[in-house]
Amino acid sequence: MFADYSMSELGAIFAMQGFAGLILFSVFVLMALGLAIIFGQMGVINMAHGEFMILGAYVTYIVSNIFAAYMPALFSMYFFVAMILAFIASGALGLFVEWAMIRHLYKRPLDTLLATWGLSLILQQLYRSIFGAREVGVSIPDWMMGSLPLTDMIEVPINGIFVMILAVTISVGVWIMMYRSNWGKQVRAINQNRVMADAVGINTAWTDRLTFGIGCGVAGVAGSAFTMIGSTGPTAGQLYIVDTFLVVVFGGAGSLLGTIASAFSISQAQSIMEFFLSGSMAKVLTLLTVVGILMIRPQGLFTLKLRK
Amino acid sequence: MLTIQDLRAAYGASEVLHGIDLKVEPGEIVAIMGRNGMGKTTLMKTLMGIVPEKSGSINVGDAALTGLKSHQRVARGIAYVPQGRMIFSAMTVQENVETGLTVTGQKTVPEEIYELFPVLLEMKNRRGGNLSGGQQQQLAIARALASNPKVLLLDEPTEGIQPSIIREMARTLRQIRDRKGLSIVVSEQVLSFALDVADRVMVIENGTFVHDSPRAGIDEAKVSKFLSV
Repeated sequence: MFADYSMSELGAIFAMQGFAGLILFSVFVLMALGLAIIFGQMGVINMAHGEFMILGAYVTYIVSNIFAAYMPALFSMYFFVAMILAFIASGALGLFVEWAMIRHLYKRPLDTLLATWGLSLILQQLYRSIFGAREVGVSIPDWMMGSLPLTDMIEVPINGIFVMILAVTISVGVWIMMYRSNWGKQVRAINQNRVMADAVGINTAWTDRLTFGIGCGVAGVAGSAFTMIGSTGPTAGQLYIVDTFLVVVFGGAGSLLGTIASAFSISQAQSIMEFFLSGSMAKVLTLLTVVGILMIRPQGLFTLKLRK
Repeated sequence: MLTIQDLRAAYGASEVLHGIDLKVEPGEIVAIMGRNGMGKTTLMKTLMGIVPEKSGSINVGDAALTGLKSHQRVARGIAYVPQGRMIFSAMTVQENVETGLTVTGQKTVPEEIYELFPVLLEMKNRRGGNLSGGQQQQLAIARALASNPKVLLLDEPTEGIQPSIIREMARTLRQIRDRKGLSIVVSEQVLSFALDVADRVMVIENGTFVHDSPRAGIDEAKVSKFLSV
């Protein structure tokens, strides 16, 4: 399959597919970070995670329209406002869902799975009723369009770079919150022993709610970022949820670094193979490899080694 | 400091504590002795709000604890070192102690805690799960002390710990009491440790106290008869 290309062409292909892989990696990381908090730290299987992302995307869509209609002069900056509002909207919905539903189901993971799946169906229908069944696109401000030529043959898209910067920023932010803040310490303590965490003075009920809200808020920001690379429809969340769980489980639940490493390996493998094989074949091979590795290492790539 | 009146607790329909009364003075160390299954751990868990009370009342100083959640009780001045230590094994020693600071609002671990347990300062960046049993026990006590309690509960602290460290622990507990003037309630099966540490020894059997004696003038033979099967 390499025979048709010259060496320099091959180099450029690998560089550009590698870069496309980096963009996919950033998308995976953005998707997976929220879930790494909710599933990895809290152990809640949230099937509606994709819909929280899509809420962020729709918020972005609304904000862009408002800016276009009322503040066209500021249109180039709408995206930053949209991301903040997406975080707030998805986070607020997360707080409400935790209060209304999840908190009653912490000891019943299977019921959580069913309940959140039901929630995802409800949200999808809600989006369909409000925004219509057709996908909506967001117009990207001019400065994010186009691409940056690195050499004659290698070009990188600007919105891709933006998504990458966003992914790095949010990863660092989540890492700081998880490992350097009181909230993070409390979340990890609860993750290890809920009863004992309460008995050392941690308000577990409130911390759980806040954690779920923050996880959903991060999902909202991810959804906001997706509007730059894809269109938004009521069921778009379903496309992401499998990949997202795959990334988190493969990385090792509870390990932020594992989530990032697994997002990197899955996205690079897929992106480079996609160029030479068909997209679905690339997916099949990636999934088979992941399944194979998980059979040997069910705990995922990264786990802590501790005395038992 | 700690006042318990007619405390009853049950797992479902089977009542385990049948009306416990106990008054612990400020600065007093009380050992609660008893065989397995007599209600020692249930009493501790009920005091912490892990097992709900069926009836009765618990007070720390003037604050009523009855019906509150665990973290609210911690905020009112009770702290707990559970059986089996239950430290957060994936977190570092320092982070473990810091979880105890939650109710005080402090950010840094007070120096006196590391003065009491110098080994924890040495190992503050190690993961709790990689400590030995004796060190984990010290960590669990340090974590409880971080919340600046008025009453400290310890559930079988000597379980699985070598004799020389048990003697040292008795010394440390008395030192903590002398420094901070807090009341300590410790449940125990090892009589020698109880006699080492306590001002007063109670024996619990089938969910009620059957013996109550100050350390001075205690009838050792009688207490050990309660403990033998």
